[in-house]
Amino acid sequence: MKPAEFYQRDRLWHPPAYAQTYKTSLPRSPRQALLSLQGSMSEITGPTFGHGNIGPLDHDLIKNYAKTGDPVGERIIVHGRVLDENGRPVPNTLVEIWQANAGGRYRHKKDMYLAPIDPNFGGCGRTLTDENGYYFFRTVKPGAYPWRNWVNNWRPAHIHVSVFGTAFAQRLITQMYFEGDPLIAKCPIVQTIPDPKAIEQLIAPLDMNAAIPLDSLAYKFDIVLRGRRSTLFENRPEGN
Amino acid sequence: MPQPLDYLKETPSQTAGPYVHIGLAPGAAGFQIFERELGWDIAGPDAPGERIRVEGVVLDGTVAPVKDVMLEVWQADANGIYPHPEDPRATQVAKGFRGWGRVITDFDTGLWAFDTIKPGPVMGRNGRPMSPHLNLWIVARGINIGLNTRMYFEDEDNSADPVLGLIEQAHRRETLLASKVSPGHYRFDIRLQGEGETVFMDI
Repeated sequence: MKPAEFYQRDRLWHPPAYAQTYKTSLPRSPRQALLSLQGSMSEITGPTFGHGNIGPLDHDLIKNYAKTGDPVGERIIVHGRVLDENGRPVPNTLVEIWQANAGGRYRHKKDMYLAPIDPNFGGCGRTLTDENGYYFFRTVKPGAYPWRNWVNNWRPAHIHVSVFGTAFAQRLITQMYFEGDPLIAKCPIVQTIPDPKAIEQLIAPLDMNAAIPLDSLAYKFDIVLRGRRSTLFENRPEGN
Repeated sequence: MPQPLDYLKETPSQTAGPYVHIGLAPGAAGFQIFERELGWDIAGPDAPGERIRVEGVVLDGTVAPVKDVMLEVWQADANGIYPHPEDPRATQVAKGFRGWGRVITDFDTGLWAFDTIKPGPVMGRNGRPMSPHLNLWIVARGINIGLNTRMYFEDEDNSADPVLGLIEQAHRRETLLASKVSPGHYRFDIRLQGEGETVFMDI
């Protein structure tokens, strides 16, 4: 059996383009129906990355921008596996993350929140999954912060995650939230996702087994990318 | 009750937000952290083919430029080969050809641009060739799930392209054609919503 097209994306599981709770989506959402394509070579291929693309400290946000010492904040490990919808690991795929510092401030020239920049924290990292689809980062837990939507909206603590998979059709950006955060249920961006079970998929549980005693807590975040059919009968994208 | 199917569900998407640059283009966010940022060199120095520059803006439903977009491109080389093991001709891909790039829009003007080579036609499904095209993926604040589209070239013969042919309203095919500004220089504006809305794809 040879791998073939990807399973159709469940558009009712993802947030719709137009979501009333999230104001910025209103003028930025297409109104016409998407054109549904069966996978061709353009969709079932995608960029590949190797260890030559990344540096040795890129996955360690506690050290990768440290100037005078470690950044302020709760030390955490974020780890998990990248799988496909068939439950198979996705090895050697690039995972990139970015986040605010412990006070909820981003190192970005457009972020004007009054919480201070941490001189020792950049807020971005990247790594490749290993042969079992496993990845890990070390960082500090990001803080909540206010944002302009309604007058008193706050983002729950979150880490942005970007994943490639093996095909351009699997490309995904999402956000990871933290178990127990009361702001999750109040967030208009979280609420763009219609199904509560889909929201739960974005909430990383505290993982005491992966915590490092006297050093760091840990949260586990598995990421699922689209799975693909196997060709039981010949129907190859490139033609018969 | 039948047996449960044990497939997993795809992780739901969330917007890339306004600070996507921190993670994916930190230089633009205002700091240097990685030895090398990814995605700035699509074609490499040695790949044969016509060197081109593509530029444009992304416009929202009010026709204002979106100034915090990140756009990724995935394309074949000048012979229509993708640098990926599942392309049957992958071993013949042009030397140093990456095929993938990412650009962000200018914070003041919303303009984006990248340099690459013009791709060749790629074999499509059922043996029907696809006209030269770039595959694009667009994320930004306010975009809840990345938008896929394709850019074709107005100076190529696109009449038999099987994907353009699927667009029911024929006049909307034009939204996927880059216009030639001068030799080697193309313009491709993307309209997220409203009049002239770009055709986006569920791939």
